[in-house]
Amino acid sequence: MKENKQPILEVKNLQTYFKTDAGVVKAVDGVSFTVGKGETVGIVGESGCGKSVTNLSIMKLIPSPPGKIVGGEVLFGGKNILALSEPELRQIRGKRISMIFQDPMTSLNPFLRISTQMIETIRLHEKDVSKSEARKRSIEMLTKVGIPAPEARLDSYPHQFSGGMRQRVMIAMALSCNAELLIADEPTTALDVTIQAQILELIQQISKDFGTAVILITHDLGVVAGMCDKVCVMYAGKIVEEAYTSELYNNPAHPYTNGLIESVPRMDAKNKGKVLFSIEGQPPNVIDLPPCCPFHPRCHKTMDICRCALPPTYKVGDDHFANCWLYASEEEKAKVMADVAKENDK
Amino acid sequence: MSKEKKTLLVVKDLKQHFPIKTGGFLNKKIGAIRAVDGISFEVKEGETLGIVGESGCGKSTTVRSIAQLHRPTSGDVIFNGLNLCKAKERELVLARRNIQMIFQDPYASLDPRMTVRTIISEPLVVFNKRGLLDKKMTKLEIEDNVERLMERVGLNKAFKNRYPHEFSGGQRQRIGIARALALNPKIILADEPVSALDVSIQAQILNLLNELQKELNLTYIFIAHDLAVIQHISTRVAVMYLGKIVELANSTDLYINPAHPYTQALLSAAPIPDPEIERKRQRIILTGDVPSPDREQPGCYFQARCPKRMPWCTCHVPPTFDLGNDHSVACWLYDKKDYSKISEEDAQADSAKKKNNI
Repeated sequence: MKENKQPILEVKNLQTYFKTDAGVVKAVDGVSFTVGKGETVGIVGESGCGKSVTNLSIMKLIPSPPGKIVGGEVLFGGKNILALSEPELRQIRGKRISMIFQDPMTSLNPFLRISTQMIETIRLHEKDVSKSEARKRSIEMLTKVGIPAPEARLDSYPHQFSGGMRQRVMIAMALSCNAELLIADEPTTALDVTIQAQILELIQQISKDFGTAVILITHDLGVVAGMCDKVCVMYAGKIVEEAYTSELYNNPAHPYTNGLIESVPRMDAKNKGKVLFSIEGQPPNVIDLPPCCPFHPRCHKTMDICRCALPPTYKVGDDHFANCWLYASEEEKAKVMADVAKENDK
Repeated sequence: MSKEKKTLLVVKDLKQHFPIKTGGFLNKKIGAIRAVDGISFEVKEGETLGIVGESGCGKSTTVRSIAQLHRPTSGDVIFNGLNLCKAKERELVLARRNIQMIFQDPYASLDPRMTVRTIISEPLVVFNKRGLLDKKMTKLEIEDNVERLMERVGLNKAFKNRYPHEFSGGQRQRIGIARALALNPKIILADEPVSALDVSIQAQILNLLNELQKELNLTYIFIAHDLAVIQHISTRVAVMYLGKIVELANSTDLYINPAHPYTQALLSAAPIPDPEIERKRQRIILTGDVPSPDREQPGCYFQARCPKRMPWCTCHVPPTFDLGNDHSVACWLYDKKDYSKISEEDAQADSAKKKNNI
């Protein structure tokens, strides 16, 4: 995607595999995307499609073994993160790239006061900041994320906060070092609708105020519609479609994206009472996927070619890409089919 | 809906309080969590009542109290003319044949050591043994029934000897549905049956539930926190907040004209998967969190977060006002009298006077 905005993060052909007894799980298999400065990019997909693994790989947080990043590059500010050493990585994690996780209870340390945890983050990355200064900054951050009486609340323990408040603390902590990129992994899935609205509003506000780029991982298409500039749809470890948000919702090119959008009941009553469009079957097991389109058993537009070859990426519109044979020319399809036949004869 | 339908279930002033005890030797009761605090509604045959609300508002407790899984603190649940709260054990067991549940978590609600066949046939076997079925069934008949049920919910009957862990989330939910259907119930209480599922699987299960309703003339009480799902499946919707129903209306009516400020906020907060609509929308962002339900409050339970609060609301609990067209709402904004001009002191004085009278 060529854009005027300077890219802050470029992921190129990222591959993360897990070795298990049953075989190699290709959790992420050749994912590429870019995030521009101050841009919000959404990654959507069903559970198990590799959304979270992609983002853990960006931070090189994949537990190894069993996981291994076997290929690809993650360029952050021109440097390949995957080639950095642990101490160098520590300079980036939490300072220039921050993460917010799905469950705010398990991502805060229950034994430590919020103050300890926040001050630790700040002082770890900015050595010349004194304790009292760090404390002052923590209070400032808590005020920014809308926690009432931050001076008093700073010395509370995580269990004394509600779910929404904990998520606010997480955001405050993530942004206390002015991160350039915020990775939010399902930040509102564990929260109620009204609280979800508060948190999303907050992330949007902060991204605007600080110029922070955001990668938002979610399975909720409604959240993506309101928040993101650009969307990547993932299926079975691959990005199957990438486009600007309004383009994606108006002209979904990949049958999977189309199915996802159609299968959500909508409040504006367009499909009230009607039978919902449903994608039959289940997401595939990503162990030993055959070299064909992973979506073909569930697709309503399957062709012969889908069963025998993996579709490459096609440009279907301005800055709109899809991995689907529907957009290949007849000659190309015929050629691929001939190649496959030859291969089989051997 | 011109035909007058039979009322199947009546809930009157249902309360379910859970005691908070000190523990230890004396184990004194020091308070109560008012999980459900005086709710009333009716469900007609063949309709779907949707219950929405945030976590902790008492949705699940409501259906559990209806099924008598918790004995309600007070109030009545009248099912088909029988008051379940006062029914004898045997009557209750018979009535339960017609009341079945589907649970949220398809992983936790199926016994991992039972095969699918045992899970689905268990209700039949139990009722058969106690002689509570219309006619005794043989083993073969039960087996046939299990196969028929599995096919009906879209499971391959060849899988009947498998264990739950061999199935995906959506398939497990289908097993749960088959189990609920085994005794031909009249009403199914579905407690967040699609919340744990992926979008594409969610649509499959919603479609299945809709088909079954048409085919078997089932009545559903359907809980979800997703407003779009509720609108899709329900004929009537109840919005709950802190153990009370704040608004009850026909589903179309509720979504077009939400009356209670809480419902309005909920609807405006729910994301719509359409970027154009989503960006133009004005959100009502509620501040604060849901308060704890451990004590009775003098005023409206929602007043602390309400954008349209009046001084009157802080010390007067709103009764239910009828807006016509089967639409009722518990909010002072809809009384004939205008309370917005009443000052804080006058409101407090009025509340104190009423207390003294009692």
